[in-house]
Amino acid sequence: MKFKLVPIAALLAAALASPTALAQKKYDPGASDSEIKIGNTNPYSGPASAYGTIGKTIAAYFKMVNDQGGINGRKVNFVTYDDGYSPPKTVEMARKLVEQDQVLMLFQTLGTPPNTAIHKYMNTKKVPQSFVATGATKWNDPRNFPWTIGWQPNYQTEGRIYAAYILKNKPNAKIGILYQNDDYGKDYVKGMHDGLGDKAKTMIVKEVSYEVADPTVDSQIVQLQASGADVFFNVTTPKFAAQAIRKAYDIGWKPMHFLNNVSVSLATVLKPAGLEKSVGLISTAYLKDPTDKEWTNDPAIKKWEAFMKKYYPEGSLLDPSNVYAYTVASTLHEVLKQSGDNLTRDNVMKQAANLKGFAVDTLIPGIKMNTDQGDYAPIESVQLMKFSGTQWERFGAVMGK
Amino acid sequence: MDAFFHQVIAGLATGGIYASLALALVMIYQATHLINFAQGEMAMFATYIAWTLVEAGMPYWAAFFLTVAFAFVFGVVIERIVIRPVENAPVLAVVVVFIALLVILNSVTGWIYTYTIKTFPSPFPAEPIFGKYLTSHQGGAIAVTLVVLLLLFAFFRYTPLGLAMRAAAQNPESSRLVGIRVGWMLALGWGLASAIGAVAGVMVAPIVYLDPNMMGGVLLYAFAAALVGGVDSPGGAVFGGFLVGVLENVLGAFVIGNELKLAVALVLIIGVLVVRPSGFFGKVLVTRV
Repeated sequence: MKFKLVPIAALLAAALASPTALAQKKYDPGASDSEIKIGNTNPYSGPASAYGTIGKTIAAYFKMVNDQGGINGRKVNFVTYDDGYSPPKTVEMARKLVEQDQVLMLFQTLGTPPNTAIHKYMNTKKVPQSFVATGATKWNDPRNFPWTIGWQPNYQTEGRIYAAYILKNKPNAKIGILYQNDDYGKDYVKGMHDGLGDKAKTMIVKEVSYEVADPTVDSQIVQLQASGADVFFNVTTPKFAAQAIRKAYDIGWKPMHFLNNVSVSLATVLKPAGLEKSVGLISTAYLKDPTDKEWTNDPAIKKWEAFMKKYYPEGSLLDPSNVYAYTVASTLHEVLKQSGDNLTRDNVMKQAANLKGFAVDTLIPGIKMNTDQGDYAPIESVQLMKFSGTQWERFGAVMGK
Repeated sequence: MDAFFHQVIAGLATGGIYASLALALVMIYQATHLINFAQGEMAMFATYIAWTLVEAGMPYWAAFFLTVAFAFVFGVVIERIVIRPVENAPVLAVVVVFIALLVILNSVTGWIYTYTIKTFPSPFPAEPIFGKYLTSHQGGAIAVTLVVLLLLFAFFRYTPLGLAMRAAAQNPESSRLVGIRVGWMLALGWGLASAIGAVAGVMVAPIVYLDPNMMGGVLLYAFAAALVGGVDSPGGAVFGGFLVGVLENVLGAFVIGNELKLAVALVLIIGVLVVRPSGFFGKVLVTRV
């Protein structure tokens, strides 16, 4: 008898909720009976233009959605501009999108510096700055910035997960940290400190930083080796990550080596560093990697490939960024579906903060998105992976919340 | 003690990088009495040419010399087309042209080759022959820098062309009177500087990886190196390069911390300009008024 109660309760809840759903359609600028207008900035030119493929995949994704009838009968109009990863340009484009193009919301604006530049503007204007493409922790601050929400696991979360692994598997570790001297680097270091708790003081034996203008990090690696550290937490961007991996190997330093998720690319980091020098690196993953043999016959990756071939044929089937873009676009798709006919900025934000166990099949199984009014960090779990010499191999259970 | 020794060696290795680019800066200063802010980007661009040739299957040394030749022509062409028209303009105008060159070369390279880092081959053996402190390439690059220095010294000291170039830079009017074609001497200076820069780029790329911003950080340290040694002295520039590299590492590791490493270079620049503007080995300039 008991099992029958559940559907009844659900029906009842739906009936109670329906007055709002059936009520008059509500719109803010950018939404109408026929269209939802969404704004975006991406680096299609300049030093970060490799990420431009994200914007292109998202545009292709919504083209597919429109071909299939749109969202609740409305077509998505995805307006994306080039900001060249330059914050002043991002400000200009964000203003254009909000004031001239009158978009309902921004989505997936890319990069920590560009998003920082429009953070206050978007919150003053009360226009959603949704699912930003950066892992900084500050996007999860609903009290002060209720109109900005992150998406990917943030840097502090990742740092805490490495700390948990170290505490469990190498409790007497002596940890050396190399980090980029900016918000991104310090986020990771803070995550590591928080994760180690009281033990941080004794376990972390050396922290060294570098500036983006430094030609090499050789001197820093020598310092870390001299400190006697046997665990190396490597918080660097691709070029410096490759240098650090190579230098550590060349001077014969063989610590347990944690490499931040920012620099796990085979093509731009591990190959330049030398695959044989990268064996044993540990990092994290939350998306299915299209080059991972385990997923070759995975239905989700097959579906993604079919989508790519039809809607974005010039895009690379080997680039994880394209899986990332597909997954984050699916998340916005879900939020807009949940918003129903109430397409106000307020409601869209409310729905973005109302994801309950939402999973996209291109995420590693077991990883789910959860948000609420006090938690603006959708993905907070990852799986560890180790580099075998030819590819990353995931191990252990999904960690985090 | 071992850590200290290791830092010094690592400093010498990066110092070699600074020294090679500082040499190109000194070269152009010798010829024109100007500091070329685009020197690093010209070197970077030439390195991409070398990379393209090697990728196309050309043997390393053939690509190397072809690139140096290309860089020489490239330098001459830039002088003729871009610098010539502003020859008599105020210094500030020339500086603006240099900075424009820097930005243009950087973005054009990024546009053609993308900003993703590339590996660049080394002509030296992969297994270390200097122990674990120094890779063969780092050792080899230092040797190449010293060879370039020697050639440069011989060129200016013992060849009539070298003498003519020095004369053209120091006193254009008198040089013209004795029949030196001053305009071409300047172009030649640009060509030589560009060629030396290409050698520097090709030696640096295997260490820092090839990308359009590869020379950005290096250039600042190379300025410091050139100024410390004396901006008109090739030997001084090389000495300055090694000094800056070692100082930066030792001070960064043991005294002031890594955050202030870049400041070391800047303090050196200001310190030298205030205390001894001609550097350790530079000639003290006396102008008759």
